[in-house]
Amino acid sequence: MSIASVGMKVTLFIPCFVDLMYPKVGISMVQILEKLGHTVECPEEIACCGQPAYNSGYWDEARAVGGRVLERLKESEVVVIASGSCGAMLKVFYPELFNGTAQAETARAVSKRCYEFSDFLVTKLGVTHLGARFSAKVTFHDGCHGLRELHTYDQPRRLLQHVRGLELVEMNENVCCGFGGTFAAKFPMISTAMGEVKCASAQETGADYIVSNDSSCLMHIQGLLDRQGAKMKTIHLAEILASS
Amino acid sequence: MSAAAQEFKTQARLLSADLRHRQLIQTALSKYEVVRDQNKEAFQNWEAARQAAAEIKWEAINHLDQHLADFVRNLEARGTKVHWASTGAQARDIILGIVHEKNARSIVKSKAMTSEEIHLNEALEHARFEVVESDLGEFIVQLRKEAPYHIVFPAMHLTRGDISDLFARELHSAPTQNPEDLTMIARHVLRQKYLAADIGLTGANFAIAETGMISITENEGNARLTAALPKVMVTLLGIEKVLPSLEDLALFLPMLSTMGTGQPLTCYNSLYGGPRQPGEPDGPEEYHVVLLDNRRTELLADAEQRDALHCIRCGACLNVCPIFRNVGGHTYGTTYSGPIGSVITPHLRGLQDWRHLSYASSLCGACTETCPVKINLHHHLLHNRRNACIQRPSRVEKVAFKLFAFIVDRPALYNLAKRAGRLLQRFYPVLKGTRLDPAYAWTKTRDLPPIAQQTFKEYWRTRRSDRQVTKCI
Repeated sequence: MSIASVGMKVTLFIPCFVDLMYPKVGISMVQILEKLGHTVECPEEIACCGQPAYNSGYWDEARAVGGRVLERLKESEVVVIASGSCGAMLKVFYPELFNGTAQAETARAVSKRCYEFSDFLVTKLGVTHLGARFSAKVTFHDGCHGLRELHTYDQPRRLLQHVRGLELVEMNENVCCGFGGTFAAKFPMISTAMGEVKCASAQETGADYIVSNDSSCLMHIQGLLDRQGAKMKTIHLAEILASS
Repeated sequence: MSAAAQEFKTQARLLSADLRHRQLIQTALSKYEVVRDQNKEAFQNWEAARQAAAEIKWEAINHLDQHLADFVRNLEARGTKVHWASTGAQARDIILGIVHEKNARSIVKSKAMTSEEIHLNEALEHARFEVVESDLGEFIVQLRKEAPYHIVFPAMHLTRGDISDLFARELHSAPTQNPEDLTMIARHVLRQKYLAADIGLTGANFAIAETGMISITENEGNARLTAALPKVMVTLLGIEKVLPSLEDLALFLPMLSTMGTGQPLTCYNSLYGGPRQPGEPDGPEEYHVVLLDNRRTELLADAEQRDALHCIRCGACLNVCPIFRNVGGHTYGTTYSGPIGSVITPHLRGLQDWRHLSYASSLCGACTETCPVKINLHHHLLHNRRNACIQRPSRVEKVAFKLFAFIVDRPALYNLAKRAGRLLQRFYPVLKGTRLDPAYAWTKTRDLPPIAQQTFKEYWRTRRSDRQVTKCI
């Protein structure tokens, strides 16, 4: 760990679905960040990045949400986002969304300080070994926003490689699980077909768990697995890294 | 919802549940992926090649007026007749005019998606001319009276058995599962058509401004026969096909075949520069080139999405698109399907009628990642969505998002909504999975996790107050 990155004040961005349905993911992140010697703050007023409105084409409404998020993150030292998708929203899409507005400069400045969780640990902190133990065979699902907007591919894998008892096996290809936010409700039949392909691909590896750094994808995948009565489970990367 | 959107939803529902179709396409494309990747490795630096290609197309498109003028001047200098068509109807009229003037009876065609775009075959057949597609895949779908399934693999959705049955029914051939035998059946029919045809009609892969030449890339030699045998040759192409110089083909030909079919180069690559010149032994006596706009200039005027005109129609974005792979090419109801089709169709055929295609995407970005000319495909889907909502928002959605913005900004309201949700979910099992279920679109095929007994924010608040208590003690 570099000296410069000890004792940072980390603003943890907990997206709405992590808050409501996957609190353990956020709690695990707090534990890990504090164990590494950082102070965590989690602003009560931030509940959503505005991506549902942005992806649906309602950019004014997305700016209404995002503008206030930016105000609340303006003074932050570093922002860690508990989802690749919301991470992409803040880091990649905010600068475009606020381009030409009074908040353009803030959006660009905040973007530079934003990290998806695994990217923060590996790239910013240079940490890959967290002393975790998790005895299982797992496969990793890359959320598309994390993978293609934030280029987070090696980071979660490097973290998993240092977990004792864990065996990582790769799926045959990096294909979208079919969640896609409002897409999952607008075109449920296509979303489901894509999810079935993903589940089959994960099951082919013989893994016990599908791990991801995005709970939104896991919500969709687990929802399908449960309906199929499959044995396979999903789990967030942070939960594995916090286990001992 | 437009009629096109309704049709899309109906077809998507059918196809995404069709496991035979899913398997067929996955199998075909997994073979393609292996050879595509092998050939990408033959490039010294694939990413640098993509960047170079994007820059060349940027130059071509951003100085399109100049390059088109050079292209036309050079073509005309060798006696080619060049026609400009603003609309599909004009292009059809121009081609019908040539056919009438030559007293032609039959036309043989090599593969041209642009002709699909303007519905040329229907127009020619309506005027009682015989039109024969000579590309094997196109020949097959023409016999089935279908549009091409894919811009590069028109008959990708069919098995050998399907084709054997089709040939037996339409051409009275003996059933066979052998690909070579099937090809010979088609060849036997097609050879006669080339000899009888009065006019050969082709598309173009590239148009070289520097030399005034059309570049055609193919695997079956059918475009060569189409161009060489009939007395009159007609090439129909979109104005965006221009490349500035001949040298650019050194990059674009291997790139197109690598991404299109997974070949280092296709079997035949030809350049056509005009009709037969004095002293030349063969070639058409007359050569016409029809340049089609059909709203491409409107896309050109859109600085944000202009790079969609870089497209070289390799089909690579279709091949990696999980939507395309699950719903198939015909479901789109467009000439150009897959991600590029979803991006450009609203520009070519109307934003409101075709906006649904931009929403029918998980925005995974596999298309943008693979595109050899670096078109920002999945971000353009977001741009189309935004433009569609500015032009004609859905009132319900707009109110919903305004309400959403109002709630998430107010912790008290957000907490209230959370508590209400938690309370209501106790009664939820009664509705779950039924038509009264507000989350039916989700729960029809998937379970939904409940709102946690202690959410993260509740945990955080408890922890903070605990700490404050500890401090006080």
